[in-house]
Amino acid sequence: MAKHATPLLDQLESGPWPSFVSDLKQEAESRAKNEKGVEHQIPQDVCEDILGILELSYKHGRTHWKHGGIVGVFGYGGGVIGRYCDQPEMFPGVAHFHTLRINQPGGKFYNTKFLRQLCDLWDFRGSGMTNMHGSTGDIVLLGTTTPQLEEIFHTITHDMNQDLGGSGSNLRTPSDCIGQARCEYACYDTQDLCYALTMEYQDELHRPAFPYKFKFKFDGCPNCCVASIARSDMSFIGTWKDDIRIDKKAVAAYVGGEIPPNAGAHSGRDWGKFDIVKEVINLCPTKCMSYEGGKLSINNRECTRCMHCINVMPQALRIGNEKGVSILVGAKAPILDGAQMGSLLVPFVKVEEPYDKIKEVIEAIWDWWMEEGKNRERLGELIKRQGFQKLLEATGIKAIPQHVKEPRTNPYIFWKEDEVKGGWDRDINEFRKHHQR
Amino acid sequence: MDKEAGQKTVLDFLKKKSKSKSKFYLKDFNALFPEDKPRVVKNLVNQMVQEEILEYWSSGSTTLYGKKGAGKQAAAEHED
Repeated sequence: MAKHATPLLDQLESGPWPSFVSDLKQEAESRAKNEKGVEHQIPQDVCEDILGILELSYKHGRTHWKHGGIVGVFGYGGGVIGRYCDQPEMFPGVAHFHTLRINQPGGKFYNTKFLRQLCDLWDFRGSGMTNMHGSTGDIVLLGTTTPQLEEIFHTITHDMNQDLGGSGSNLRTPSDCIGQARCEYACYDTQDLCYALTMEYQDELHRPAFPYKFKFKFDGCPNCCVASIARSDMSFIGTWKDDIRIDKKAVAAYVGGEIPPNAGAHSGRDWGKFDIVKEVINLCPTKCMSYEGGKLSINNRECTRCMHCINVMPQALRIGNEKGVSILVGAKAPILDGAQMGSLLVPFVKVEEPYDKIKEVIEAIWDWWMEEGKNRERLGELIKRQGFQKLLEATGIKAIPQHVKEPRTNPYIFWKEDEVKGGWDRDINEFRKHHQR
Repeated sequence: MDKEAGQKTVLDFLKKKSKSKSKFYLKDFNALFPEDKPRVVKNLVNQMVQEEILEYWSSGSTTLYGKKGAGKQAAAEHED
């Protein structure tokens, strides 16, 4: 029988979706049976007590977790988040229930050996409960006690060749899409850039340096599979400069029904014959495509890289050859002022090792934000408060049309006196000769 | 920045504030060294954590610094 009665949590299992309550119960049962004879280093009934404290929180309508803590591993200012409950007598199994964030591998590629090691480690030294993956992308190990932290860190770094991730006012664990490893849309090697910057900025990742969190995310193409444009302070999105490559024969094959659209992704239902005009041409957001007399044309100058046509007809349309990355800044979730999407800062830069041009932009932004940002102010909020022009000044990037969403709607770029011939002073008498009052 | 003088400035500041506060943002220390870049100050206080003079407190989203053992945190966490 369960240690704590959980009628409110039990209700959560009744819906149509998989429930974390069922997962917790399953793990609680597995730990109680302990068929593998694991020498649990934290209380065996930890999962029972998580269920108990959560039930109590639902009953009271308020949390029973305390806020934050001082625990960590030596030399690191992030990666461990101290968690304590305020009812340790009632729920001793979760008196300490710290979270560890582990840097996930690039593109989230795992082998089964690594996953087994991870699960074995967490059964042995933790609650057995994980979150694969947290919103930032880390492997999140939920629930352990303070004496276990250094032991876990040793195993992770020495036996598994992995590192802690970021938390607190640090650079957060950089996160990337699967990239060129598996995807023909990827315009640059996301994993290499993500890894290179992770290694370059180890200090920022592990030693708190910033007014608040800072996130990098790397998307190989504008499909944005890691949603960098919405979720990272600095978003790297693959793009191309030249024309979309068209394979005329393949276009005809799509029109003729020989190749299923969307690589067959919607083939579970009969949607009727593929209609290129209705499903591709008319859905182009900039109306830069036409299909006449069996010929597909694209006015590439007007293309905004929405990827729709390429996604529908991947064998007929391919990304261009002159590939690089766009850098956007300032996205964030809605804690203050609502959610913000990233604003375009660098429309195109080639992605070439050792990525010096990219690092220049990053470091200029950090210097500005560290100097000017208020406590707990995200980069996007600083840009909003001081203006995009200040960001351009800080990064030494000239204002260009791509920085303006629409003419006259976001006039955040102003001339300065020294940029204007003659400055602000003028001879008023000379002016009045040509302009009446 | 001279390391010892820098550390003394930080500790004097913490002592002065100890009656009202035990945890501080990194920017609170930046204000003590107006001549230095934030990165230099960051290195100083992080070094003080390595030397176990200061300690981090993290909510998970924000990190604060305090004198090791100061305030009620250590006792509250049974870490003292």
